[in-house]
Amino acid sequence: MLKGIFFIFLFQLVGEVVQKLLQLTFPGPVIGLILLVIFLLITGNTRSKLISKSFEQDVVNAAQSILSYLSLLFVPIGVGVVIHVSLIEDQLLQVLALLFVGTLSTIGITAWVMQKVQGRAERKMQAGDLPANKSINEKINEQIEGQNNKRKGGADEQ
Amino acid sequence: MSSSELYEIWVYLQAEPLFWLTLTIGAYLFGDYCYQKANRFPLVNPVAISIVVVATVLFTFDIDYERYFSGAKFIHFMLGPATVALAIPIYKKWHLIQQNAKAICVAVFLGSCFAVVSTYFFAVLLNIDEQLMLTMLPRSVTAPIAMGISDVIGGIPSLTAVMTITTGIIGATFGAFILDFLKVTSKSARGFGFGLGSHGIGTAKAMGTNPEAGVFSAVAMGLSGIVTSLIMPLFMRLIT
Repeated sequence: MLKGIFFIFLFQLVGEVVQKLLQLTFPGPVIGLILLVIFLLITGNTRSKLISKSFEQDVVNAAQSILSYLSLLFVPIGVGVVIHVSLIEDQLLQVLALLFVGTLSTIGITAWVMQKVQGRAERKMQAGDLPANKSINEKINEQIEGQNNKRKGGADEQ
Repeated sequence: MSSSELYEIWVYLQAEPLFWLTLTIGAYLFGDYCYQKANRFPLVNPVAISIVVVATVLFTFDIDYERYFSGAKFIHFMLGPATVALAIPIYKKWHLIQQNAKAICVAVFLGSCFAVVSTYFFAVLLNIDEQLMLTMLPRSVTAPIAMGISDVIGGIPSLTAVMTITTGIIGATFGAFILDFLKVTSKSARGFGFGLGSHGIGTAKAMGTNPEAGVFSAVAMGLSGIVTSLIMPLFMRLIT
């Protein structure tokens, strides 16, 4: 586990250094996260022996134990919220209303749009699952059908 | 033992991180216990409960937040490594991200724009001060990025952190209801909504309910940070 923790700290350190060097507005840990994903994808796909399997397992274990307490890590800064609430006393109700409506609508709309796009992509994949060696005629027929369907769909909406 | 001796022990404990770390972990265990007892009902949010417990202790004994934080900062410190550690679930579910690349791009762009525009719209509607509005604009991205953006556009970074954390808690606590209402059943889409709308606290919540949701939440959190940093200067040009 110690090797894993070292590795994670090391990537955060590199992330912080990159952030300072390039003067990015982006936080160091997020840069570390991106670098670690790239690193793992490279070692995973090329089977190059940058780190051994047991080392990788060690990183995985360390990461999983940190992440299982992710909620706890927000408590110290969260306590500050309660303490600093007096700063916005006179507009507290408006702020709370905004935070509630804004946050919930953002979550709702984002997830809803994502599900819509996923649904469309899935239908397309199923349509594409037909045998690959079909004749050109069939393909053309399909295209015409597709266009007709699109028109129908458009008419329905109107 | 005389009361002055007890007082001396208390003074000693206040200056040491041990007491504050024990308090924070104890409060969290209590919050998590309540959450488990309530069959993981979303309204019983372990983070919110532990914050209330710790804040009550600080208020009761009249203790500065700075003193508490000087001890609890060791827990706070682990947020950085935890962010890096999110690389592991993302790497493990990489094939899912590739499959959903298009949906991710569309959702992250629309969602990030909506978060900023809706905040502006409601702030104007509710007559909120301009500086407070600027402070709240980047509230839906992860706290360090939000504070950086706030600084650039003329908000108050420390107050932005407050808005960000509150946004996270609201999203993690009530988000599931709105997703059920909109009939969003796809695990990945639900996670993505949590991560985009309520960053790390939403991700912690999503990670606890379903690993796939957690991964998409982490991806949404990282990408929305990038997209929001990029669109904010354009948006500022639009509203000024």
